[in-house]
Amino acid sequence: MNNLLDSFSNFSYRNKNFIFLSFLILPLLWLGIVYLGSLLIFLGHSFFHLDGFTGQIVYEFSFKTLIELFSSPANIDILIRTVALAACVTIGSAIIGFPIAYYMAKFTSPKVKIFLFIAIMLPLWSSYLVRVYSWKLILAKEGIINWFFEKLNLEWLLDTILSTPVIGGPSLSISYIGMFLVFTYIWLPFMILPIQASLERVPNSLINASHDLGANKRQTFYKIILPLALPGIIAGSIFTFSLTLGDYIIPYIIGTSKFFIGQAVYTHQGTAGNIPLAAAFSLVPIVVMVVYIYIAKRMGAFNAL
Amino acid sequence: MDYSNSLIVYIRLFIDEISAMNNVKNKGETMKIFNLMMGAILAVGSSSISAAPISELGSPEGELNIVAWAGYIERGETVAAFDWVTSYEKSTGCNVKVKTAGTSDEMVALMNQGGFDIVTASGDASLRMIAGKTVQEINTDLIPSWNTIDKRLQDAVWHTVDGKHYGTPYMWGSNVLMYNTDAFGGEVPDSWNVVFEEQTLADGKSNKDRVQAFDGPIHIADAAMYLMYHNPALGIKDPYELTEDQYQASLNLLRQQRELVGRYWHDAFMQMDDFTNEGFVASGSWPFQVNLLKPNVPIASTIPKEGATGWADTTMVHAEAKNLNCAYLWMEHQLSSNLQSDLGAWFGAVPVVPSKCVGSDLLGPEGCKINGIDNFDKIYFWKTPVASCKTQESCVPYYRWVTDYIAVLGGR
Repeated sequence: MNNLLDSFSNFSYRNKNFIFLSFLILPLLWLGIVYLGSLLIFLGHSFFHLDGFTGQIVYEFSFKTLIELFSSPANIDILIRTVALAACVTIGSAIIGFPIAYYMAKFTSPKVKIFLFIAIMLPLWSSYLVRVYSWKLILAKEGIINWFFEKLNLEWLLDTILSTPVIGGPSLSISYIGMFLVFTYIWLPFMILPIQASLERVPNSLINASHDLGANKRQTFYKIILPLALPGIIAGSIFTFSLTLGDYIIPYIIGTSKFFIGQAVYTHQGTAGNIPLAAAFSLVPIVVMVVYIYIAKRMGAFNAL
Repeated sequence: MDYSNSLIVYIRLFIDEISAMNNVKNKGETMKIFNLMMGAILAVGSSSISAAPISELGSPEGELNIVAWAGYIERGETVAAFDWVTSYEKSTGCNVKVKTAGTSDEMVALMNQGGFDIVTASGDASLRMIAGKTVQEINTDLIPSWNTIDKRLQDAVWHTVDGKHYGTPYMWGSNVLMYNTDAFGGEVPDSWNVVFEEQTLADGKSNKDRVQAFDGPIHIADAAMYLMYHNPALGIKDPYELTEDQYQASLNLLRQQRELVGRYWHDAFMQMDDFTNEGFVASGSWPFQVNLLKPNVPIASTIPKEGATGWADTTMVHAEAKNLNCAYLWMEHQLSSNLQSDLGAWFGAVPVVPSKCVGSDLLGPEGCKINGIDNFDKIYFWKTPVASCKTQESCVPYYRWVTDYIAVLGGR
């Protein structure tokens, strides 16, 4: 027995990799089997298809489901709708988030900075659902925004905005404008924080040097600050973009009941038993994100994380 | 079962793959062993299903695990007056544990996992579980109050197969047309056309963007029911059993409805918010919302001439229930105690024991009538559309309802 233990300890002493691996094997198995394994099995289903007559899944390799996904105009609508909204939300968050992050990184005292950090993080501590439901009330026809416009005798302005084709609707909460506002609000912290981190890293000496060399404020911003902060913006946009792509709760509560990818996946696998189509739908955000992250990586977005 | 099947397929594909890669000659041998193994596993899994129901009750086991819809099993913790669990626990000594489920599919999945004794299954889940042998036949002689059940429900098709009973009716209810009395000028709308066809309401404004519809694919049945009344030429016999032509006609009606509906509803409380804050005036709905909205909003409900869709739930016993005696005692309790009347009041539903309609303070003297007990014959109870149907040669199955309803919501 002692012999066996001796040789075991000798073996593990000589083979450092063995010890290393034996500690790592459990988390690796977890990641490999439970996480990646189930994900791959699920995605693999998109190469099977549903038998039109019995409603059973046919376990034969084919592209039928993927063809169904891309040949039905209703499905294409869902994909375009989701990607377009995710892109708008990302751009909106970047435009709103950048000035806040810039102010936090360059113009505040440490105390104010901590206060701003907490102010930005605070909404994340309350329930996501509570925040979305309260937005439904804020945006409602008899909600506070409408009331505000009425008090200012500006109903005509709101009505004009809401009568815009496509993005308008009977009330703010029943329109794409409302969805855009809510998504932007919900994901904004995920945009501000990475931008703030990347702006912190822009050395003040570079900005001073730029001024010394005769660049005006606008030139300094576009030639020095923005390029150096770009990785942060891209990192933030990965959050806002992918989170919007996959969300299925906000479209249920706000908007016109038109489906988004997340809802399509949920409904097809949950109530319809059409797992192949659900899997095909979930392939799309993954492919979109892989392409996006690849481009982002080329632009150096991950150096800022 | 679904999962184990797909697992088998994967392992088969895997073996195929490995064999091809290694150029293995005895692939047949490997497959044989694999098939034997899987056969053995499946046999173990399915052998424990007993055939005949028990013939007499033993002593209670002290525990009962229930899968139920939210709000179905109340012990006075939400509102103190609504409690139908404490008395059961006291008299039988069976402690009740509840797992709530949000959808029928979730219920079926939980029951397939096992570890539960009974489930309050709706019409779409019940037959699936009977076919899947997840639930067992019950002996109605062991439930003394069985004969007090509404005669129309005792042998209902969603829990009785080949004359065998697989459950005890729990509660039923109907969807109603909820409307704003101000917008309708005090008149009662007599047709569902107020949510299907554009028209000017009594308050002089169009119903466009002021009506709602349920956002589940099962709403197609409501459209089919409407056509069944207004377009007999289509030959619809059952709104859940539609041929291709009848189905397309229903979809066209729903496309027309999409023009009127700003937002569909799928959550009871969100719909209540929409009727309070968004200016909606008419929608298919549940008595639940109507009862809760009435104190604050001028709301009333009706079942129009076309009829209405509805739901009927059944308590079913798991095939491998550990606490069988407690389960039988519960089924007796659900019929004989205050459960029927109080749950009816709580949920806006109708007791399955008609005698429970009188003498309850919570339900009130008119409660059953308000919740629709006289409308039983006008109600088309919820069931899952399947390809092989009784009233037609072949029908459009449910998964297509899902895909097409999503398309309708998207404006296609």
